[in-house]
Amino acid sequence: MSITILFVLVPIGAIVAWWLSQQRLTAKPWLEVGAIGEVPGSGASSLPAATIGLGVFLAVVSSLFALFISAYFMRMQVADWAQMPAPKVLWFNTGVLILSSVALQYAQVAARRGRMEGVGDGLIVGGLFAFTFLIGQLFAWRQLNAAGYFLATNPANAFFYLLTGLHGLHLLGGLVALVLTIDKVWRGLELAQVRLSVKLCAIYWHYLLLLWLVLFTLLTPWVGDFAAFCRGFSPAVY
Amino acid sequence: MADITIGAAGVIPPAEVEDVELYHPKSWVTKYVFCQDAKVIAIQYSITALSIGLVALVLSWLIRLQLAFPSSLSAIGPGDYLQFITMHGMIMVIYLLTALFLGGFGNYLIPLMVGARDMVFPYVNMISYWVYLLAVLVLVASFFMPTGPTGSGWTLYPPQAILSGTPGRDWGIILMLVSLILFIIGFTMGGLNYVVTALQARTRGMTMMRMPLTVWGIITATVLALLAFPALFVGCVMMLFDRILGTSFFMPAIVEMGEHLKYHGGSPLLFQHLFWFFGHPEVYIVAVPAFGIVSDLIATHARKNIFGYRMMVWAIVAIGALSFVVWAHHMYVSGMNPYFGFFFATTTLIIAIPTAIKVYNWVLTLWRGDIHLTVPMLFALSFIVTFVNGGLTGLFLGNVVVDVPLSDTMFVVAHFHMVMGMAPIFVIFGAIYHWYPKVTGRMMNEPLGKLHFWVTFLGAYSIYFPMHYLGLLGVPRRYFEMGEMAFVPQSATTLNGFITAAALIVGLAQMVFLFNLIWSLFKGKPAGSNPWRATTLEWQTPETPPGHGNWGKELPVVYRWAYDYSVPGAKEDFVPQNQPPVPRAA
Repeated sequence: MSITILFVLVPIGAIVAWWLSQQRLTAKPWLEVGAIGEVPGSGASSLPAATIGLGVFLAVVSSLFALFISAYFMRMQVADWAQMPAPKVLWFNTGVLILSSVALQYAQVAARRGRMEGVGDGLIVGGLFAFTFLIGQLFAWRQLNAAGYFLATNPANAFFYLLTGLHGLHLLGGLVALVLTIDKVWRGLELAQVRLSVKLCAIYWHYLLLLWLVLFTLLTPWVGDFAAFCRGFSPAVY
Repeated sequence: MADITIGAAGVIPPAEVEDVELYHPKSWVTKYVFCQDAKVIAIQYSITALSIGLVALVLSWLIRLQLAFPSSLSAIGPGDYLQFITMHGMIMVIYLLTALFLGGFGNYLIPLMVGARDMVFPYVNMISYWVYLLAVLVLVASFFMPTGPTGSGWTLYPPQAILSGTPGRDWGIILMLVSLILFIIGFTMGGLNYVVTALQARTRGMTMMRMPLTVWGIITATVLALLAFPALFVGCVMMLFDRILGTSFFMPAIVEMGEHLKYHGGSPLLFQHLFWFFGHPEVYIVAVPAFGIVSDLIATHARKNIFGYRMMVWAIVAIGALSFVVWAHHMYVSGMNPYFGFFFATTTLIIAIPTAIKVYNWVLTLWRGDIHLTVPMLFALSFIVTFVNGGLTGLFLGNVVVDVPLSDTMFVVAHFHMVMGMAPIFVIFGAIYHWYPKVTGRMMNEPLGKLHFWVTFLGAYSIYFPMHYLGLLGVPRRYFEMGEMAFVPQSATTLNGFITAAALIVGLAQMVFLFNLIWSLFKGKPAGSNPWRATTLEWQTPETPPGHGNWGKELPVVYRWAYDYSVPGAKEDFVPQNQPPVPRAA
């Protein structure tokens, strides 16, 4: 529990601490009467509110998955754990998700450079790849089910379905935002009005790709050996 | 940064008001029902939270009646009793306190106090309320299920929470878990708003260190909640899988009525870790907004600047950070490694330091202040006393060797009701009496308010002080009835009767409050825009109650911190935050 939480809460804590350090917390506001020009730094970031909002949301998602992964490691230590093989299609899915992320990055760069047609293409291709990824994940579920790795047979299976499902739901939510953005492009909105949405979609996509790489690494069998190795260094929580 | 010159005529800042795309309600439905205005959402949150809180209040009467008259109330069976305590706890902690402090006060006060027109994501904010309402309705629905709501205790510990011996095993627990999951989703949407609004939508001149402590408290609590609620989410989802899909995340191999269940190998302790990783920050999610609000109430009603503003801010942040590393002090009796107990006892006791700083600063703010014993002030003062009382017993329970014998006795019940039941509730009452004039434009009735305060305050102490004694005697908590226990004297039953009488009276006093709340809406004395003569921005709005967009044409500009009370040489004993400084003589 403690190790995984540390991995996520320490960076989040570090960001919060860094941010607080920029806020002049040592100011003596009771001595600083005056207009804004006389008091340095209102502390608001120059980033748009939506970007900050996405950042906070990603911190929440990180916390969520860190806790799931903690639970995964703790449950793994019980004797009945039987790691199941990762279906080959996951490699294909990983590749597709990488391509999806690349496409969105392309859209974002196009938006920055002011090429509207590039934005639309990038978004649609990225969306299609993401959709393919989801289909691929469902396919992986079917394969596992056909091979007899049912949800309730073993906690390892349960975690696999749970974590991939949750990741998929997050991607599905992202697809909704993506479709709304594509709609904005189709309606012919000004580039300035689309740029932010495209950027936020790209950030979210890269985040979900990173998250998937972490999950994929953890859910494949060789991680069991690695975890056993790590456990040698960490005191058992219970 | 705008150039602002201080001339002989005073400060005239260029009011560069950006065109904020405000959402404009067009019909009655979008104005009062599906409304995106944070003030309306705040009122919706508050009314929902108070309503479901009333259900929990009635449940507490039933619990107390059973404890006072064991085996004479045929209507309350052992299963019912367990369901009552479960739902009472869960509703009070999550659906009332969390929702009211963050959804209610957060929505109303953050935009007004930082000088914003609204929350930054109003649409998401609206959805947040409706998801919360849905969570409450799902929770209420569990009362009407064939076997009733879950009776597993508010901690919902597996395996018993989903075994057939526990009341509400069929539907109650499922609805409980679904309701919590919904609550967390709804809260996350609201929480994003509270944090980002306070960070990004502050008006000109409102630096972080000029924000009222209320805002500091609410946003710190929101950050805690955003990071801690996922732990409960994880626990709920996994338990739902165990219950419905037959996985074994938390469920060990169990033989029930001679029959092997399909579960195997799960770890109940894993759930406890997840639950308390949420559960302890939850205490501070409720306490930290209360700290902030009470600081503002005390400064305003004692006409004195808050003592040690910087320390107050640092203490809030420190308490928030520390609250993430103490969770296992709820698990001393779960059979953990003694070294862990030592670690968690140490971190727990360290929290006493920033908390004590806050208490000293409140007391020093009062010292030589011009104390007005208004109803909000009475509640604020009662908070300090109660919080200190509850905090001291927390030092007892934070130590492993003291906790082990006291755990699962009435002492624990008394402790947490003092520190996170009564103390935050006092602040909620104080805050309602304080901000009601801004929300409605009318004062609440003062004599009724004082009656409400004294009965509630004295009544609460009549309830919880004797309960500490019962706990030290060894009277267990959660028991339907004690039966014959050699170590519990007969007088304990008499004392239980006394506590119940006090609880019923306190409950009745809340009806006075409700009456006052509704009566004042129509018959209360008109309040004017700033009845308490307070400095913070919400009292400086052009309209009372504040109109849509809060500030009329121009956003306020802030020139000073939030606590300029009784400034030497000033014309009045308070200087609003948006009052320009007197130009220095040339």
